[in-house]
Amino acid sequence: MEPITIIVNVAYIISAILFIYGIRMLGKAETARQGNLVSAIGMLIAVVMTLVHQDVFDNFGMILLGIAIGGGIGYYAAQRVEMTGMPELVALFNGFGGLASLTVGWAEYQRLFETGQSSIFTSIVIFLTVLIGGVTFTGSVLAWGKLSGRFGGGDPFPGSRMLNASLLGIMLICGVMMVLFGGSTAGYALFSAVIILSLIFGYTGVMPIGGGDMPVVVSLLNSLSGLAASAAGFVIGNNVLIVAGCLVGASGLILTVIMCRAMNRTLGSVLMGGFGSTSSGSSGVEGEMKAASIEDAYYVLEAADSVIFVPGYGMAVAQAQHVVRELGEILEANGTEVRYVVHPVAGRMPGHMNVLLAEADVPYEQLVEMEDVNPTMESVDVAIVIGANDVVNPAALTDEGSPIYGMPIIKVHEARTVYALKRGRGKGFSGIVNALFFGENTRMLFGDAKGTLSELVAQFKD
Amino acid sequence: MEPTTLILLLFIFILSAFLGFELISKVPSQLHTPLMSGSNAISGITIVGALLAIIQSNDSQFAGWLGFAALILASINVVGGYMVTDRMLGMFRKKEAKKD
Repeated sequence: MEPITIIVNVAYIISAILFIYGIRMLGKAETARQGNLVSAIGMLIAVVMTLVHQDVFDNFGMILLGIAIGGGIGYYAAQRVEMTGMPELVALFNGFGGLASLTVGWAEYQRLFETGQSSIFTSIVIFLTVLIGGVTFTGSVLAWGKLSGRFGGGDPFPGSRMLNASLLGIMLICGVMMVLFGGSTAGYALFSAVIILSLIFGYTGVMPIGGGDMPVVVSLLNSLSGLAASAAGFVIGNNVLIVAGCLVGASGLILTVIMCRAMNRTLGSVLMGGFGSTSSGSSGVEGEMKAASIEDAYYVLEAADSVIFVPGYGMAVAQAQHVVRELGEILEANGTEVRYVVHPVAGRMPGHMNVLLAEADVPYEQLVEMEDVNPTMESVDVAIVIGANDVVNPAALTDEGSPIYGMPIIKVHEARTVYALKRGRGKGFSGIVNALFFGENTRMLFGDAKGTLSELVAQFKD
Repeated sequence: MEPTTLILLLFIFILSAFLGFELISKVPSQLHTPLMSGSNAISGITIVGALLAIIQSNDSQFAGWLGFAALILASINVVGGYMVTDRMLGMFRKKEAKKD
């Protein structure tokens, strides 16, 4: 082994260590930001040392151009995005990562094909890279579309399971034949078929899954994009790709399971789809929603000793986080105890609401956990639900027929008064009827959450 | 690829998987999104594969162009991923600084 090869591989080891420390530090509040930086340094080392290693002068212009274009787009998107639109952006970035791995696999297949160096092993790992990368790409793009409302929510079609199972079967058959016919034109045709089928499968696989489950899907796709990178590492025999990709794959899977657990569901049931797209469950809801006026809400809030805010995705859509904080400050100045309760799966990604409230400068000590508030809910005078739905649906506790039965919820229905801010009378993102909104102590404030809260703030200022 | 090399790579893969499972077992929920975003940036490591594909494009012109496409895509993933994660985490820190 040449000395330069040894140096480069030592650098790759350092990169891998930095990635490990980076992920670990990202898991702790005090060190998270440095952790991200540490892992970015690891990436920089891996990229620079790859260029040092090789005779790059022939292609240096092309490489700089590619990094400049991609980096420029990434920089622009990351700077421009509103924090409310961030889950979609993460999904989109993830899709590009998957497509990049697919393209790396394809490039290597092309090179081996033209030089006549195909082997069974490389064919197998290239198949896996392209398969996982392709599914990640179209799956992520569809998730991005669903999260940003460009595509509809749950959209099941009859026979979707059959279709997905047969697609998977056909892909596997194509894969086996592609390996057997390695290096031939027929092999290349089969390889092309695998690319196309994997792209279709990503779409049809995510399609039947309801919008409410998109956080889980994005997390799983994140895990898959790591595995795609890891598979690409096997293709080119590169350790740092294998290690980094696999770390992402494994930690992403853990995160996915954590999220499923918070919703009291299994990964399998999420992937089978159906939930969030049917109107099953909660059939016995009676009564009607009682609308309230801003003045009513003002008088009740003015007299309250203890108020909790329960934000959901509706707050993100309405960009209401700043005015929520403003109302919180006014209430506090008025002598009211103000707390914010964030459900682990509120919003479109775990921790989505925390990021938004942090953006709006909500004091950290006012953020409380669901478990800490629930036992004392009866002493809460007013619970203000801002665009949250499933995470406060009492059917999760009482209705065994409900798809969300067993999911831990924030028990706002036990508070003395509930004000629910909602755009309209329709069902939420998940498509489940919410008994809370029909409750005896619940008052609805219909309309855009930001507008409603601004009016409340104005009332206090008068 | 030599069988011994294959075994070694598989060995590395399996150990990395176990390490990955252990790394994030206890993460506060408000860090889940930054963690997802940050680890998503790491999966952009495929950028190294893209660079190697370009470098070896003497063998195949078309493979070089595929590598170029992969490089652009992976760069979006890496740069965008790290920056958006930093922006998110910066908001958490701003608030802590205020508290002091």
